[in-house]
Amino acid sequence: MSKIDPSVDDVVQEENMLAHATLPRGAQWLVGVAALALGGLAVVLGVGIVGAAVIGVLAFLIGYPLWALLVENKRSATDKLVTGLVWTAFAVAVIPLIWLIYTVVSRGAATISPEFLTFSMRSVTGDDQGGLYHALIGTLIVTGIAAVISIPIGIMTAIYLIEYGKGNRLAKGITFLVDVMTGIPSIVAGLFAFALFTLIMGPGTRFGFGGGVALSLLMIPTVVRSTEEMLKLVPDDLREAAYALGVPKWRTITKMVLPTAIGGIVTGVVLSISRVIGETAPLLVASGFNPNLNTNAFDDSPMMTVPVFIYTQLSEATAKGVEYAWGGALVLFILVMVLNLIARIVGTIFAPKTGR
Amino acid sequence: MSIQVKDTSIFYGDFKAVEDVTMSVKPKSVTAFIGPSGCGKSTFLRTLNRMHEVIPGAYVEGKITIAGQDIYGPNVDPVAVRRKVGMVFQRPNPFPTMSIYDNVLAGNKLNAKRMKKSEADTIVESALRGANLWNEVKDRLGKPGMGLSGGQQQRLCIARAIAVQPEVLLMDEPCSALDPISTAAIEDLIHELKSDYTIVIVTHNMQQAARVSDDTGFFNLKAAGQPGHLVEFNPTKQMFTNPDNPDTEAYISGRFG
Repeated sequence: MSKIDPSVDDVVQEENMLAHATLPRGAQWLVGVAALALGGLAVVLGVGIVGAAVIGVLAFLIGYPLWALLVENKRSATDKLVTGLVWTAFAVAVIPLIWLIYTVVSRGAATISPEFLTFSMRSVTGDDQGGLYHALIGTLIVTGIAAVISIPIGIMTAIYLIEYGKGNRLAKGITFLVDVMTGIPSIVAGLFAFALFTLIMGPGTRFGFGGGVALSLLMIPTVVRSTEEMLKLVPDDLREAAYALGVPKWRTITKMVLPTAIGGIVTGVVLSISRVIGETAPLLVASGFNPNLNTNAFDDSPMMTVPVFIYTQLSEATAKGVEYAWGGALVLFILVMVLNLIARIVGTIFAPKTGR
Repeated sequence: MSIQVKDTSIFYGDFKAVEDVTMSVKPKSVTAFIGPSGCGKSTFLRTLNRMHEVIPGAYVEGKITIAGQDIYGPNVDPVAVRRKVGMVFQRPNPFPTMSIYDNVLAGNKLNAKRMKKSEADTIVESALRGANLWNEVKDRLGKPGMGLSGGQQQRLCIARAIAVQPEVLLMDEPCSALDPISTAAIEDLIHELKSDYTIVIVTHNMQQAARVSDDTGFFNLKAAGQPGHLVEFNPTKQMFTNPDNPDTEAYISGRFG
């Protein structure tokens, strides 16, 4: 490197052609405060809170890019407009979620107590203390049955589709059916299970296993889909490397492909469980109501589940019923959160390590 | 082990990729295949351990024997063929879930072969020494194989291939993703491996073919869309000084391709 020769650069430009005027620092905050003030003014003038929020956001989305257009240039204005739109979309998506979490927690928290978690609704009348123990156990059993049915079927189907089928007619047919299954309304799955066990075991059969079968119908397609996506991510290079070592196909799949994809597969499976755990309609039909604890899923008697518990308590329409419904909602919510958390942790534990 | 190829054509469904190849690969020698892209040299290499069958609809006509055994005979298990004929690929592909140690043992582990710890250690050490990688990784055998540099990963793949003790080693452009120093390391390694294995290597680099191989096969296409064919197969020395075929000379001297 030679030293920079000052004589080369002796013609000092009056103006840097690469620079242009910029908005002052913190311009977005200035505009934001102005938009907020406008929204506040709208509230004072009697516009509803939602309307005021819309006015504020619109003022920001118009004002900030406009200012940028006047001071800077068109590209910068477009950048600011799109950035604003993206943030607005983000807020529209997230605000209801936070609101929902807040509502469930604030209304349900008071109901949660050791008694609520350990009592069933057996002969609970009036102001007696009841609980959702029976429903919690029922949900765990029914969802467990659904998982035991769906996970092997789903994963093996995905293995067939990716490793063996590869676009043959059968695979195309299965893919089509899986897509159709994804679209089954959940109550239809419940009716199917109810009808199936009515045929097998006699009319009016409602029991835990029936609920599990209904949920597995909803779970299988999501397990297949997510596993398929994960198996597709395993590079063919690795399969070929295993074949070239004289490893048979089935061992390549069980010992190399599945371990490589296991993080994603487990995540997908857990997420599919958390998707069906809150299903109400199919369980209402297939496993029914029961105020008592029932731990035998194969016994011909209904099994309570948390979503159905929420539904029944709400339909009591008493103050206590509503309270219990919120408590049940919070328990269900926590259950799903814990499952998602597990999925994340497992996903990171099993993810292939790069060692860098 | 010598490889005899007679009148072999390779098809992908209706498409004929390679036509009428006949050659004889000498045991414990290095044979290089050169030729322009798409002329079927990699495809042909993959038929030597039946790897092309991974692609649906691929099949072979003709006869290929390794040490007198017809590898396309009836009742021949491709898995058994691949245990005798190892392969190293263009891009290094260590198994991402496995450590360096497990990667070397992958051929045994994936086949659920039981062995004592001491026995496994011996295999790992001799394979890594054979691949000139031992000194670089001996202190971190438990670390993931993906953490190595590209050249080290490729030598790890070679170690993995020789750990199952094949008799033939196929290499599909093993250096094309590597820097010159790693390439030199692998070329040295090929020279050493020659004493134990029959090596067949596909390369785009003619200097590399000249440096490492004893015999060279030149593949070419008559025209785009036509099947590739073997133009000339001769000792490397003759190939690069006095080729029989004018096309070979044109290709080697850089007039086309």
